[in-house]
Amino acid sequence: MNVSVNFSGLRLAKWYQFALRFFFGGSICVLAGMIAEKYGPGVGGLFLAFPAIFPASATLLENQQKEKKEKVGLHGTIRGRKVAGVDAAGAAMGSIGLMVFAAIVWQLLPGRAPWRVLLSATVIWFAVSVAIWRTRSLLVHRLKRKTQRAL
Amino acid sequence: MVVCAFAAISDVLKPKSFAGLFGAAPSVALATLYLTISSQGKIYAATETRSMIAGAAGFFVYTFCATWLLTKRSVSSLLVTISLIPVWLAVSFGLWFLLLR
Repeated sequence: MNVSVNFSGLRLAKWYQFALRFFFGGSICVLAGMIAEKYGPGVGGLFLAFPAIFPASATLLENQQKEKKEKVGLHGTIRGRKVAGVDAAGAAMGSIGLMVFAAIVWQLLPGRAPWRVLLSATVIWFAVSVAIWRTRSLLVHRLKRKTQRAL
Repeated sequence: MVVCAFAAISDVLKPKSFAGLFGAAPSVALATLYLTISSQGKIYAATETRSMIAGAAGFFVYTFCATWLLTKRSVSSLLVTISLIPVWLAVSFGLWFLLLR
């Protein structure tokens, strides 16, 4: 499956969708800091991977798909939820990359320049996530082909 | 700003399963770590990222359950994503307590 860039997605997005993500993202940064101050970095660190923006993103995606279908006279609730589910599957693959990101920063941060460690860990997060996504796509494709041949 | 940047990237990408990767982008972590390193130092931030591994494992379980509920059971996104937060808490704190404390 090929990856493409479609800028109409940005046109469909409304300003409040970004404001919501900005708000939730900022809030969890503050909350993680407060928790770390009160209970220590061990507990505070858990919240660096808290699904703060995910509920807002999934809901907005569902509504966006629903609106799209309703514009052409179709009922888009199920379609919207399925698309949000596919998005969540992508996030599950990305979260494996997030574990690698955390492990790299944990191991390399004390002895190296922070910007270099954070930048490399982000690049590695992306590479790992894409590799998992690609492998899964290939496996699903092969499985589909096998099933079609069997039929 | 980092959060919004990753969200914008996610909005323009297709297919949605690929765009979804950015739902688990380390955007909040990058912003928080930048602030933590400036105020508390690198060792403190490194300790936080050690726990973040458990948090990310919790995020994996959370999104895995969300995928199943949204695609197979067709439950509302808002209901699924909010009601699964205790799952994230249980897995993250459980792993941290058992393995990283």
